[in-house]
Amino acid sequence: MIDVNNVSVRYIMGDFKDIGIKEYLIRKVKGQMTIKEFWALRDVSFHVDKGTLLGIIGSNGSGKSTILKVLAGIMPPTKGSITANGSIAALLELGAGFDGNLTVKENVYLRGALLGYTKEFVNEEYEHIIEFSELREFEEVAFKKLSSGMKSKLAFSLASRVNPDILVLDEVLSVGDIGFRKKSEKRMREMMSGGTTTILVSHSMQQIREMCTQVVWLEKGEMRGIGDTKTMCDMYERYMKK
Amino acid sequence: MRQLINKFKRYQFVFTELVKRDFKAKYKRSVLGVLWSMLAPLFTLLIMNFMFGNFFGRTQEYYTIYLFSGWLIFQYYNDATNGGMNALMANAYIFSKVKVPKYLFLFSRITSSSINFLLTLLIYFAFVIAYKLPITWRFFTLIFPVICMFILILGVGLILSALFVFFKDIQYLYTVFTTAIMYATPIFYTTDILGDKAWIFYFNPLYYYVTYFRSVVIDGIIPSLRFHVIMLLLSLLLFGIGCWMYKKYNYKFLYYV
Repeated sequence: MIDVNNVSVRYIMGDFKDIGIKEYLIRKVKGQMTIKEFWALRDVSFHVDKGTLLGIIGSNGSGKSTILKVLAGIMPPTKGSITANGSIAALLELGAGFDGNLTVKENVYLRGALLGYTKEFVNEEYEHIIEFSELREFEEVAFKKLSSGMKSKLAFSLASRVNPDILVLDEVLSVGDIGFRKKSEKRMREMMSGGTTTILVSHSMQQIREMCTQVVWLEKGEMRGIGDTKTMCDMYERYMKK
Repeated sequence: MRQLINKFKRYQFVFTELVKRDFKAKYKRSVLGVLWSMLAPLFTLLIMNFMFGNFFGRTQEYYTIYLFSGWLIFQYYNDATNGGMNALMANAYIFSKVKVPKYLFLFSRITSSSINFLLTLLIYFAFVIAYKLPITWRFFTLIFPVICMFILILGVGLILSALFVFFKDIQYLYTVFTTAIMYATPIFYTTDILGDKAWIFYFNPLYYYVTYFRSVVIDGIIPSLRFHVIMLLLSLLLFGIGCWMYKKYNYKFLYYV
């Protein structure tokens, strides 16, 4: 169960970040300090029941990724709060945390640690991860030498070992070639079944319509609505056609 | 309580993996890499020894060791604080996507600098032996300045990395600052050349570490208790400021990077 209460997130844009300390002091003295604010989310509230597969839709820059960061606990909201029961695993970007110069094996440990796995867990799961990623021959190869398909295969294999109560996903459902795509989709469905609450951002309306039981529509940081998948998706598609 | 232990175990795993990463990145996983990162400062040392040995070596006994003590400590400070300053920005792409405490990136970077420092320290002791300076039990007291320095560097790293998130030009200012620190520390010159301006040293934490090392290694004397207290207080003060700044601003980092 997740409760999102009046969540707002503000980013500071332009000026302040770019000018540097010298300009900052000069402008401060002159009293010309202007800070541009950007509200990525404004007063967003919704409630998700246990076992729901919630989709979040909206055009680019509507605040989808930001709400996921807030849900994942990476970014505290500027205003409002979130309450969630159970462990949360967030897969926002499969590639984050890999180091190009380390070998595949070393990367499994590094990224595993960043994902919150224990050392024992990575030890146990290591064989499985390599097997699933189909990278057996590349264990000692530097990560940067892998093709981008291989990289995402490894990333997915590693990330999909979790079994959380709440799963937060940012368009990471399927990667790699057709064979792997099937395998990864199957694994995703396994992860989502069994009472896991899943929150998913996707641009693929087909995916949303197929998988989600409930949908939130965000536009320019504001809630346009929450409801059943078909109603919300139809509304969104009508809005986008205009 | 169990949760706390789990949390600690988890962070410890992340921490060791990050240290390994930084360390491997530095040495490019080769023996030559390790050797090179020690040879480079060693060559600088030899050049300085050649240049200044003729001036200061006349009055200062064991000038090479004198110089090495200063250079060793300054290099450590310089490398660790500069690395620490960049640690947050360089890893921003990770902690903006993965939930992990940001200070781990800073601490791991400083730790890998410290390991590098300890390796250089071995060469230093090899020099001490080569110059036939007596090795005594007093050498164990050198742990004290090393610990103080580590705490101080953590503090400075916390301050710098916090500033760096907001002000990108802090790195240029800091280069100027470290140059000033370098000349304000008696690395290659002897302390008497500043004459009645010697009070400048008392505000420079590096002065204390350098003096401590020289006092123990060259003169075989452990500095006074007051000296110890000042060192510890300086370190704790900067560490305290660093923690305060980090705590105050760390949640803001994500809105800026």
